[in-house]
Amino acid sequence: MHTVLQSPGESRSTINEQLTKADKIRLLRDMYRIRRFEQTSLKYYNLGRMGGFLHLYSGQEAVAVGTISLLGENDHVITAYRDHGHALAVGMSMNECMAELFGKATGCSKGKGGSMHFFAPDKRYWGGHGIVGGQTPLGAGIAYALKYKNIPGCCLCYLGDGAINQGAFHESLNLAALFQLPVIYIIENNGYSMGTSQKRSSAYKSSLAERAEAYNMAWDVFIGEDLYEVRNRTNIAIDRARKTQQPTLLEIQTYRYYGHSVADANAKKYRTSEEIDDYKNNHDPLQIFSKALLQEEVLTQADIQEIDKAAKEEANAAVAFAEESPLPEESDILNDVYWEVDNQTEAAKHGYYFFNN
Amino acid sequence: MALLTYREALRTALDEEILRDENVVVIGEEVAQYNGAYKVTEGLWAAHGDKRLVDTPISEAGFVGMGIGASMLGLRPVIELMFWSFAYVAFDQIVNNAGCVRYMSGGLLNVPIVIRGPANGGTNVGATHSHTPENLLANMPGLKVVAPATAYDAKGLLKTSIRDNDPVMFMENTLLYGEKWEVPDTEYLIPLGQADVKRVGRDISLIAHGRAVLTCLKAAELLAAEHDIDAEVVDLRSIRPLDEETVITSVRKTHRAVVVEEGKPFCGIGAQLVSTIQEKAFDDLDAPIGRVASLDAPAIYSPPLEKRQLPDPQRVIEKVLHLS
Repeated sequence: MHTVLQSPGESRSTINEQLTKADKIRLLRDMYRIRRFEQTSLKYYNLGRMGGFLHLYSGQEAVAVGTISLLGENDHVITAYRDHGHALAVGMSMNECMAELFGKATGCSKGKGGSMHFFAPDKRYWGGHGIVGGQTPLGAGIAYALKYKNIPGCCLCYLGDGAINQGAFHESLNLAALFQLPVIYIIENNGYSMGTSQKRSSAYKSSLAERAEAYNMAWDVFIGEDLYEVRNRTNIAIDRARKTQQPTLLEIQTYRYYGHSVADANAKKYRTSEEIDDYKNNHDPLQIFSKALLQEEVLTQADIQEIDKAAKEEANAAVAFAEESPLPEESDILNDVYWEVDNQTEAAKHGYYFFNN
Repeated sequence: MALLTYREALRTALDEEILRDENVVVIGEEVAQYNGAYKVTEGLWAAHGDKRLVDTPISEAGFVGMGIGASMLGLRPVIELMFWSFAYVAFDQIVNNAGCVRYMSGGLLNVPIVIRGPANGGTNVGATHSHTPENLLANMPGLKVVAPATAYDAKGLLKTSIRDNDPVMFMENTLLYGEKWEVPDTEYLIPLGQADVKRVGRDISLIAHGRAVLTCLKAAELLAAEHDIDAEVVDLRSIRPLDEETVITSVRKTHRAVVVEEGKPFCGIGAQLVSTIQEKAFDDLDAPIGRVASLDAPAIYSPPLEKRQLPDPQRVIEKVLHLS
């Protein structure tokens, strides 16, 4: 609705026109892969095959897939604990992600991080962070390093609507604006910070992103159910970051179908079944993009069913991979704590690092 | 050899490392144009400019976290905290991000950051500005903790810390900034995890870090002069990694030990040392291990009383005499 500073780029109208038919199919496939990965993980979570929390992304897929599809080799991603969607969108495999959920040595973090802590630095994906808002200064820092090294890239730093009231986030906004850092903060506003609705948790005038005004930072707010729209609007911010190293605060309105986490016992108490059904039936990002591609005659209903089937099969294969994978060894508990120790460097030769008697 | 203050030694280390590695950047409150709240960075902004010396707003969680994020991409930020006491508003960034992201990523990344500044009482600034968090942070696997007692150690340890590929919590002392020691003109590095025997003795081991080492040295002089007790003083220099071998070797020789720290006693560094010594040198001990720490209350303001709250030579001597 409002973009305070105008985009220096022209790509708003052309960014989706550049997509080939294959690109569009890939985008739809990526959304299906996230949906089926998570539904499969939920099934095995409920069977007791994994521990801890499981924060599902279902309903929000167009945000991760749409925004990350705009990134190039100099661009980076960091997010919070609802991180499976972003992980798959940056190109992490279902196998390594599922194995991480199962706590296996073949997991992306060797079973040391779990659901909330997926990492893939080789894909410029810096986590997966468990503390609400804790990743937002890191996002500023990634952008700081890009600017310091004169790399014309940007960092997409995702957070939930519940994170906007954390002090670290406001400090990050101030630093990003003050130092002119090429970071784009993306509030994935699913309406609820755990069981507390937006209205009960945040003071605001017209939107959450409007808080950027106070930092003289560009901002925008839009609905995130249509992948094309997500790409259009986000690309303006990415363009701004790459070309002028200016930050942006985006608020993308979306919805999660499941509870805050699977352990959210009240998932259907703080919101009505009608509300959930309305989103599933009328605002589902997979359905909306499928419909668009059918209308464009990019693919047929049968093609979509094939994509869906393949995603389910891939997720089931990932479960098999995870189940067959070995657990980390007990000796692995003490690895990956210190770089110098892991690499047996000269620096690590002095003194004790661990105190297990 | 030149006579340098602790402050000048730190500054020289920063200057040399900024020149050596283009990824070294000093970030913090008043570090650049103001020349440093405690003048550690004086002249560095004039010499190296805006890119390498960066003034921040008063926003520790923000700029500490920013430094951590930047280090993941290969910068080597040296973050100055005006006081280590201010780290408490950045605790999540230090503990969860600097300390845990390597582990949670299964070793895929590392955080080559130094966070440095003074961590001491004794300056009559009340409890909020007098914290000594080396025990808190050394309790976090993934973090390293260093506390130099002299200008020589400050320079050599800071240079090593900047080159280290893990997060190093570097704890200085405002009461030492103006003290002078001999420092070589040529480059040198001191490994982390290597304690230093600051005084050789045969009757009892005084084990300390930071300014408490100087307290122990004074106590040792008095013990020799007035009580014919020859104390050995072991300076840990780094808390984690910890040079247990030098500690144990000393205790095996002297058969007695007092551990001294300016932190609070409960779950302090001394508690860890006592545990280590009793386990590894129990049969060598001729007396219980003594502990001297700050008196166990928040730091008091009243200047004469704060002096009494911190360990001083007299308290160390009393403890030694009690064990002898």
